[in-house]
Amino acid sequence: MSSSLLERSRAERPGDLRAAPVRHPWRWVLVFLILVVAAMMVRSFITNPRWEWSYVFSVMNYRPILQGLLVGTLLGTLLAMIVGVTLGVLLAVMRLSSNPVLSTVAAVYTWFFRSVPRYVLLTILGVGVIYLYPHLDLGLPFGQQVSRLLGLDLNTLSPWQIDTRRLSQGIVIGAVGLGLSEAAYMAEIARAGILSVDTGQREAASALGMSSSRTMRRIVLPQAMRVIVPPTGNETIAMVKDTSLLIAVPVGLELFNQATIVANRTYKIMPAYVAATLWYIIVCSVLMVFQSLLERHFGRGFGTVNPKAQRLLDKVGEH
Amino acid sequence: MSEMGQLDRPPARAEGDSARDPLVEAINVHKSFHRHHVLKGIDLVVHPGEVVCLLGPSGSGKTTFLRCINMLENLDGGRIFVDGELMGLEETAPGRLRHLGDQQKAAQRREIGMVFQRFNLFPHKTALENIIEAPMQVKRVSKAQAVAEAEQLLDQVGLADKPHHYPSQLSGGQQQRVAIARALAMKPKLMLFDEPTSALDPELVGEVLRVMRELAEQGTTMIVVTHEIAFARDVADRVVFMDDGVVVEEGPAREVINNPRQERTRQFLQRVLEEGPAAS
Repeated sequence: MSSSLLERSRAERPGDLRAAPVRHPWRWVLVFLILVVAAMMVRSFITNPRWEWSYVFSVMNYRPILQGLLVGTLLGTLLAMIVGVTLGVLLAVMRLSSNPVLSTVAAVYTWFFRSVPRYVLLTILGVGVIYLYPHLDLGLPFGQQVSRLLGLDLNTLSPWQIDTRRLSQGIVIGAVGLGLSEAAYMAEIARAGILSVDTGQREAASALGMSSSRTMRRIVLPQAMRVIVPPTGNETIAMVKDTSLLIAVPVGLELFNQATIVANRTYKIMPAYVAATLWYIIVCSVLMVFQSLLERHFGRGFGTVNPKAQRLLDKVGEH
Repeated sequence: MSEMGQLDRPPARAEGDSARDPLVEAINVHKSFHRHHVLKGIDLVVHPGEVVCLLGPSGSGKTTFLRCINMLENLDGGRIFVDGELMGLEETAPGRLRHLGDQQKAAQRREIGMVFQRFNLFPHKTALENIIEAPMQVKRVSKAQAVAEAEQLLDQVGLADKPHHYPSQLSGGQQQRVAIARALAMKPKLMLFDEPTSALDPELVGEVLRVMRELAEQGTTMIVVTHEIAFARDVADRVVFMDDGVVVEEGPAREVINNPRQERTRQFLQRVLEEGPAAS
């Protein structure tokens, strides 16, 4: 039997492979249903006058809305992520330290801030900091106590003072609050990234005479970035949306709060909310593009960028 | 364990006589992992320009010993001197030792190049960047000079045409040759090779051994952990046969490999030669 098959294939060797593709009729049914629903939605967007699109676009360009976008949403995200990433990487390095005090402190920090909801944290910071510590004294630790012991003026050893009531009015306390919370998540992300780097990399760097801090900076962290960047991008995008929680501090100059004010003042509630939503979508979309550019940068040498993504990125342009 | 603490004197270094002093002197090296006693008192002397191959079955401690020389593992007992310097420790007062800090250890390691079984090239850097990293970061060599030297080294290992390739774009043999060039870029006094061909496809072993042979001919001091018996016989000045954490036999390479005196050495060589050079 098999020999005859072989003989036949010798006689007429199989050439081009032409075969009908597998049919997926149910997929087409689903596609049809989705198209119908999409068409209905588009129709309603156009024909339902209550959407008031022209008003939506003019709200998007209102000055207070733009200020809220710039200060609360964009600046807030930036500050919070700077605090979060810096502190998070520091916590991750501490957590991986062989010193038990350092690693325990990092673990307790992470535990605490992962357990407290952001809205609650921001409310407490907004109320509590002013109530508990109306003045921040900068100087030597226990400066006031030592001054009292020595019979000096109370502020001799703490020459700088910050009035926290002024801080809380601004974005700073809110962004720091979000950043403190973010650091707990970033610490876990950074730790996973650092652990993902093969120990042979550290050994090779040591064998070349690089100190451990230089090894961390030049060899381990750049490779860890490949693992750290994608979830950090997600965190940043989530942070854009979480800036809407800043009202808990309260920080008034923030996109959604400004939209709410417009809605309440004009009674055109939906258009104002839609305007804010569109801004969130735009900001997040831009960030997603940045995220893929960063992923490509830190993925170099690993050949993990899939070809489709590569083509897309090439279209976006060189960075 | 009482005998471990005895030798604290670095070997004397007379000026102008350094060629005759041992470059590496390991005395009574002990190392345990948890309860497992891996090295049970290893002694080894390597003179400048010598090539010494460490042979022995898997688990005999040869790799651990090699890693002790540049302090990738900490000793539990004994001392290792490289170029007259006590590795990883300093004598603060007669008989009183202190572990060296991170920076001081790094300074000692600069004098010792190491090539790993699994290459351990930095995957986020090109071949050239891998080579110039340490000279620029550690020795503060200018970029122009580091690049010029790196290109020369790439030429030496036969990869002059691949400076801008990432490790993932190179074959195992090419990666290992870049790794050798990277170690040489620090101009080390001593080169350590930890089974440099064990992770390679058989047809790629030759190109790496060829580079190592050239290094040996140029007078590089090398300690090589290997299963390549032919390489040991032809290139090494001396072989050291280890088994179960002790040195069983050592002597001139041809003599030990062609006429082993110890039964354990004989059995090992027979097994390796029967299974072919690629067996490990």
